[in-house]
Amino acid sequence: MKEQLPVLVVVVPLLTAPLLVLLRAPAAVRILSLLAAAASTAAAVTLALTVEAPISYHLGGWPPPIGIEYRVTQATAFVLALVTTIATFSLLLGARGTRSEVTNGRTHLFYAAFLLCLAGLLGMVVTGDAFNVFVFLEISSLSTYALVAMGRRRRAFTAALNYLILGTIGGTFVLIGIGLLFQMTGTLNALDIARHMTQAEVGGTRTVQVAFAFLVVGFGIKLAVFPLHQWLPNAYAESPSAVSSFLAGTATKVIYFQTMRALLVLFGASYVFGTLRFGLFLGVLSLLGMFAGSLAAIYQTSLKRLLAYSSIGQVGYLTLALSFGSEAGTYAGLLHMGAHAITKTALFVVAAAIVSGVGTDRIDALAGLGKRLPLCAFAFVLGGLGLIGVPGTAGFVSKWALLEAALADGHLGYAAALLLSSLLAVVYVWRVVEVMYFRQPPPDAPAARGLRGYDWGALGPALVLMVASILLGVWSSPITGYVRTAATQLFRGGL
Amino acid sequence: MNTGIWNYWVVVFLMMAGLYVVMAKRNYVKKLMGLSIFQVSVIMLYVSMGKVTGGTAPIYVLDGGTPAEGIVYSNALPHVLMLTAIVVGVATTAVGLGLIVRVREAYGSVEEDVVTEQDRAAEAAEARDFAEAGP
Amino acid sequence: MNASTAIVAALLTPLAGALLVALTGRRPNVRETMTALASLATLAWVLWLVPAVALEGNRPELVLARDMLPGVDLAFQVEPLGLLYALVATVLWPVTSAYAVGYMRGHHETHQTRFFVCFALAIFAALGIAFAANLGTLFLFYEVLTLSTYPLVTHQQTDEAKRAGRVYLGILLTTSVCLLLLAIAWTATTAGTLDFRPGGILRGHIPAASVPLLLGLYAYGCGKAALMPLHRWLPNAMVAPTPVSALLHAVAVVKAGVFAILKVVVYVFGLDLLRETGGSQWLMWVAAFTILMGSFIAFTKDNLKARLAYSTIAQLAYIVLGAALATPDGILGGGLHIATHAVGKITLFFCAGAILVASHKKNISEMDGLGRAMPLTMGAFFVGSLSIIGVPPMGGSWSKWMLALGAADGHAIFIGVLMLSSLLNIGYLIPIPIRAFFFDPKPEHAHGHGSAAHAHGEAPLLCVVPLCITAAGCLALFFFADQIVDLLRPLVEG
Repeated sequence: MKEQLPVLVVVVPLLTAPLLVLLRAPAAVRILSLLAAAASTAAAVTLALTVEAPISYHLGGWPPPIGIEYRVTQATAFVLALVTTIATFSLLLGARGTRSEVTNGRTHLFYAAFLLCLAGLLGMVVTGDAFNVFVFLEISSLSTYALVAMGRRRRAFTAALNYLILGTIGGTFVLIGIGLLFQMTGTLNALDIARHMTQAEVGGTRTVQVAFAFLVVGFGIKLAVFPLHQWLPNAYAESPSAVSSFLAGTATKVIYFQTMRALLVLFGASYVFGTLRFGLFLGVLSLLGMFAGSLAAIYQTSLKRLLAYSSIGQVGYLTLALSFGSEAGTYAGLLHMGAHAITKTALFVVAAAIVSGVGTDRIDALAGLGKRLPLCAFAFVLGGLGLIGVPGTAGFVSKWALLEAALADGHLGYAAALLLSSLLAVVYVWRVVEVMYFRQPPPDAPAARGLRGYDWGALGPALVLMVASILLGVWSSPITGYVRTAATQLFRGGL
Repeated sequence: MNTGIWNYWVVVFLMMAGLYVVMAKRNYVKKLMGLSIFQVSVIMLYVSMGKVTGGTAPIYVLDGGTPAEGIVYSNALPHVLMLTAIVVGVATTAVGLGLIVRVREAYGSVEEDVVTEQDRAAEAAEARDFAEAGP
Repeated sequence: MNASTAIVAALLTPLAGALLVALTGRRPNVRETMTALASLATLAWVLWLVPAVALEGNRPELVLARDMLPGVDLAFQVEPLGLLYALVATVLWPVTSAYAVGYMRGHHETHQTRFFVCFALAIFAALGIAFAANLGTLFLFYEVLTLSTYPLVTHQQTDEAKRAGRVYLGILLTTSVCLLLLAIAWTATTAGTLDFRPGGILRGHIPAASVPLLLGLYAYGCGKAALMPLHRWLPNAMVAPTPVSALLHAVAVVKAGVFAILKVVVYVFGLDLLRETGGSQWLMWVAAFTILMGSFIAFTKDNLKARLAYSTIAQLAYIVLGAALATPDGILGGGLHIATHAVGKITLFFCAGAILVASHKKNISEMDGLGRAMPLTMGAFFVGSLSIIGVPPMGGSWSKWMLALGAADGHAIFIGVLMLSSLLNIGYLIPIPIRAFFFDPKPEHAHGHGSAAHAHGEAPLLCVVPLCITAAGCLALFFFADQIVDLLRPLVEG
């Protein structure tokens, strides 16, 4: 049983999805999907706790490089645990949030798509085969398009369609990149590709450079790196609450992990940052993304769009960490990926709780929320503090790591920009806080309804995530130690 | 021109044509068709890279019940990969067309300009309603 | 019981107090009892720590969590300067609590539960700052203090309060996130540790040319020290209820800023490093400028609380000056001034609040003849003023004397600055009690019911008693200054 865990993580949600379609009964579907996600979480957490040397799982008994290999290292186990945990929390929310949002009669399809998306994301992380990455990428993408389209308003359709068009271009670019690499190396196994890449007649060629460009742009689109981010705000803002919280915490994070692996494992840090000098280019794009995303967030009129633009800014932090091309940068990137996943998911879940209490996510409509739904408003403040990176939250631990990585390489300018852009986060978070606490509630708004007035299906998970963020903020050593070894391994090209 | 790489010219032409259609056309159906062309170009890329000069179809040529010696076969792996890619392409087109149907139902049009205009008008109306109802 | 337990207890008591206050919010009398109990218990814990630190020279330590950040523990260590700051905050907390009850009820403020909860949280943060064993822990509690006082500053929830809150958060968060955090990260990468150690951690790790820059990041990063030109949040914060201005913006919050600067100078840079490199030279001038400008601006303010706010800005710069001098007497004088200014200024703020509650007057020009109705309050105001000016037999005289001694060693010009500033202090503080006692009340506006406006006497008892206590404290500090200096002396020896 234990040696099958690497594949079970993916297979459980993958096979549960069609079951749900057959089952149809909404209550049973909800419970079964939650069980599947929980089982997957248990498998992932077990792997994370037990993995020491990399585990290589041979699918169908075929050894690599002929067969497909699933590889679990500390880095992949960390991402697996993160993604499955966030999926479970989002599904808890889905159990309440989707009832009002998804048109009746389609609940089972919603959950099936959700689990497929989860399976796709997990597959991408765990597989050690380049083409397999593409297949899982498309599994998760296709189900995401469907999930986004299930939003409350008609705008969800266009959001999903635009995402589909850009996402497919991104996915196809990835496919081209993989194809060119296959052409040069004759293998699809990631480690095998990396091994061939060290040979001069492969690594130095124009074809490899082109493959690099295609892969980076392809992942860049799916990661929403500035200026390839246009799909993200609408897709996050218009999708059902459970989906936006799930996507915000997992989709871009998994792609970020793929980008890291592409740069550090497939091509190798010395090629990317030494030969190609990609660091400066990526660094400048990251800075632009950090400021553009945060500035745009300041001017949003809807809470979910504000959070979405903030995500674009946060992707800038992630790619900035990667652009340092150092071990410290890799560590900071992985850490910030985790911290931001928790924080942003928590905020989207709070947004869901607010939407189900107020009926809309227009920021104007949140006037006086500090009186009407004090716990929701308070939870938003906590999450916002995590987003800003106030000490005592997980966001601070990762911001500190970013800062140290920047200073260690002598990038004083990057360090200053990092701090300045976190001030923009103060502005967009506090804009909402002021509306919640200083503006009078509309006269027709219902008064505070005590503890029963809340959507606990949403607020409960949100508060749990907030507490987790604060606990990690003051006692981070278990996670930071784990992530550091994972980052060291990853940076040296280990998979 | 080296005729040995003309297959790449075909691929590049299809790819650019597809991307151009996606970007330039304002009609969602046409965009989706452009996307399909773009995806097909990649299938061409893979299929052509499986060709081995002088190679035959990757099916064993039998010599008295056992595989014959010294026969060059083309690489079958890219073709197999493309089976998956074709499925992905079909699925993408299907989901896309399904979405377009829903867009058409909701907006009464599949022109991006019309849809954007309606969204903008709805947004403005919502803001106005709120300003009137609010304090 | 050992000292570590006392540290935990001192930190947890205000936190538990906040929780209890929140839970008993529906019954004001029970709630106020909770505040009183928590404040007295906290004081008891801190007092319990005094003998070990002051007499036996121990440095009780406590590690709450290993590796809050990699290599930085969430840890506490009680050393003399921190103990002094904690003592000042906790001695004045019960007094202020009593005053706050009288003020909030007398002034019919709303949201009193939130007020007392945030107040207790602010004390919790102040104690965390006082006992922090490294810069990481200090930064954590520094930000907690900023955030927990934000609801207090914006207590009225009016547009004016919102604006003041923006300036407050804007300046304090910007400086701490952009400058202080950068300085801490810089320190971590150059020195390899963030622990406070006697003699400093930077010596030998940092080129002399970088010292002024890093010191500048710290001095302005601690925006709570209100060094010009980053002082604007302090006058803005006066929109808060008077007990907040009294305890937080004369004692806990502003002193957190100068305390952090003193602590960084002593335990991160080390006095030797600063003296050898002359890296703090520029800071002396900035402090001197702030001292004089703060006093000049205080002259122009008719609103009593605004005048006190600018006076505070000037007085904080005394402490920064003491730190920048980096001489033993300068440091001791700065440390002593934390205590003497706190007691003096809180007295003045208490008086301002008592006047507001009893007579609804905010402006100095309206206070003519007020001493006849409120002799105790105005008497206390006079005593507090003398202490701020530095006239014996008030505590303030000693700290100014020590600072002047510190400047005498090579920077005699700053003695002149201190003298001039004392004159200015006399100029803007003494006229207030003089007007109150010797001027005739101005005739009331024609349409007002003049007699009713004069019917008031002293403020409620809960307001008057605390301000008498702190006024007595000003006097007492004159006689106990020696003990405080002895407590602090290990800072500058060895």
